[in-house]
Amino acid sequence: MSAQKPRTLFDKIWAAHVVETLPDGTALLYIDLHLTHEVTTPQAFDGLRAAGRKVRRPDATLAVVDHNIATDDSRRTGIVDPESRLQVETLEKNVVEFGVPYIPLLDDRQGIVHVIGPELGRSLPGMTIVCGDSHTSTHGAMGALAFGIGTSEVEHVLATQTLLQKPAKNMRVSVDGNLAFGCSGKDIVLAIIGKIGTAGGTGHVIEYAGDAIRALDMAGRMTVCNMTIEGGARAGMVAPDQTTFDYIAKTPNGPKGEAFKRALEWWKTLPSDAGAHFDKELRLAAHEIAPQVTWGTNPEAVLPITGIVPNPADEGDEAKRAQLQRMVDYMGLTPGQRLTDLKVDVVFVGSCTNSRIEDIRAAAAIAKGRRVADHVRALVVPGSGLVKKQAEAEGLDRILREAGFEWREAGCSMCLGMNPDKLTPGQRSASTSNRNFEGRQGPGGRTHLLSPAMAAAAALAGHLADVRDYQPKGAI
Amino acid sequence: MQAFTKLTGIAAPLPKANVDTDQIIPARFLKSISRDGFGKNLFANFRFKEDGTENPDFVLNQEPYRKAEVLIAFENFGCGSSREHAPWALLDFGIRCVIAPDFADIFNNNCFKNGVLPVRLPREICEKLMEDAKMGGNARISVDLERQVVVRPNGEEIPFQTDPLRRHLMLNGLDDIGQTMQHAPAIDGFEARQRAAQPWLYT
Ligand code: SF4
Repeated sequence: MSAQKPRTLFDKIWAAHVVETLPDGTALLYIDLHLTHEVTTPQAFDGLRAAGRKVRRPDATLAVVDHNIATDDSRRTGIVDPESRLQVETLEKNVVEFGVPYIPLLDDRQGIVHVIGPELGRSLPGMTIVCGDSHTSTHGAMGALAFGIGTSEVEHVLATQTLLQKPAKNMRVSVDGNLAFGCSGKDIVLAIIGKIGTAGGTGHVIEYAGDAIRALDMAGRMTVCNMTIEGGARAGMVAPDQTTFDYIAKTPNGPKGEAFKRALEWWKTLPSDAGAHFDKELRLAAHEIAPQVTWGTNPEAVLPITGIVPNPADEGDEAKRAQLQRMVDYMGLTPGQRLTDLKVDVVFVGSCTNSRIEDIRAAAAIAKGRRVADHVRALVVPGSGLVKKQAEAEGLDRILREAGFEWREAGCSMCLGMNPDKLTPGQRSASTSNRNFEGRQGPGGRTHLLSPAMAAAAALAGHLADVRDYQPKGAI
Repeated sequence: MQAFTKLTGIAAPLPKANVDTDQIIPARFLKSISRDGFGKNLFANFRFKEDGTENPDFVLNQEPYRKAEVLIAFENFGCGSSREHAPWALLDFGIRCVIAPDFADIFNNNCFKNGVLPVRLPREICEKLMEDAKMGGNARISVDLERQVVVRPNGEEIPFQTDPLRRHLMLNGLDDIGQTMQHAPAIDGFEARQRAAQPWLYT
């Protein structure tokens, strides 16, 4: 037997899921888990109905509502916006008609699709996972190949449990050493995007490696993989290790007993082989990463919190200069201004990037015993009903409420202007979400992306602030 | 899906890089449950002022670009979310082809699945086409998928590449699902093997 060529984590998962290779090299790739939500599915179910097709594997499909729903008490009395209500009702009709398992709005397990997949133990190492949502890359933190698809592909997976895909290239980003005080997974991924740019990963799947990644808990890894899409890559992944296995063992729906043991044998074979080929490599030193914050209108416009607003006039390339100028104007900034001088109106801790229990603990640790600045509206929106319950059991909701934060129900909330939680034109927010595009959090809204601890610090200070100036007051 | 073979029409110049999906169709318009009707909100944040009236400075509000069938833009077009509403909005407005130096992956896929042709050409060529497009109604651009060429108003032919399978499906207006279903026996076989090896994936 000839020795097999060393393979990457991606190569292994890919090879284990190719049903057939078509003559032009396109693979028919088997999909193990298909997550669905209300926004990108109505047209897909319609397509199935029109063609008289069924859902091939309802047991490998899971539906939940997250984007359109209110995150206050009004969710109990029904959705007010007629179009939002129609999308939710359409999903509820479709899951009944097609027999798809569904987590309803008022179920404890309801939450953002990318939070609940791992949390319930449905997203597992070695799987192929898709969802009609670009931040499906989040699930790559489990050691899975997970990526976002469009609605036609949603329909394709519903009908055939497969996708037509071309293999991606391999890229490895290693973050070596120890992360400095005040920094988290969010700062790592923002720093990476600042380096590679929003198209730096195009055509690649990124595997994150190095001690700083290994040292992250699952929530931190999910944050990193979540924002991989902001660097243009198709997916982000972290090889499964003991941290992953311990996490899965505690999930309600993960494999148990004999099944867990068998699964573990396969999961342990997944990490990239020594000497496996990567088409692109990037190395970062963890200790050089400072708390990050975006200043412009795409995630690559990012700086350490100690930075100043850049001057477009310093940019030599004309097109880039125009783009920078547009960002400065849209964001209402003055070149040379210190980032810490930017007053914020709204602080949002939430979204599939940073709404897990660890994120809420990080915000609460900074907020404890302090007060949100008077002019700031600050929201904490847990990623799922289970995260909310856990946080309440730990008393985090009390700490946050006492500090002046609003404590909300689970959902996408202010990550995108699609539900009642929106910025008004001109408002400036410090947000733990993943996109700072023009109008993303509501028309005219100005978004600065940062970590949960940095968001909490901004809420207290009333302006963007350096979390390193806010030592926690006692344990939480 | 509507087949795409050849098209000759007005091209609208949009000299911007990183046109993201929130610009193409802002999230607040994603609430429809049908595939139609998104065209009226294509580029809504640029096309309309805050009071809802048209912004006369935006290219698609100017004649003859209201009837544009081709859009010329710069790098990384379609970055951002996976929303297929972006190609639906382009298509519903009447744009069947976008020409740019490169496209975000998911957007590129979504275009092919909806009969919108993304054509990748080097920056210098996009700049030339941008100039052509600025001549408005006097400059029709042709995009021929059969021969894989873009024809400039001066007759110059510029070759481009597309993936052979995608091209075949698009030329014939074929649906991916029907194609894949012909592989049902292979999918059945895969499932039987996987179920034996990894039973925890089946409930
Ligand atoms: S939290 Fe934001 S990014 Fe995540 S799924 Fe919801 S809308 Fe998308």
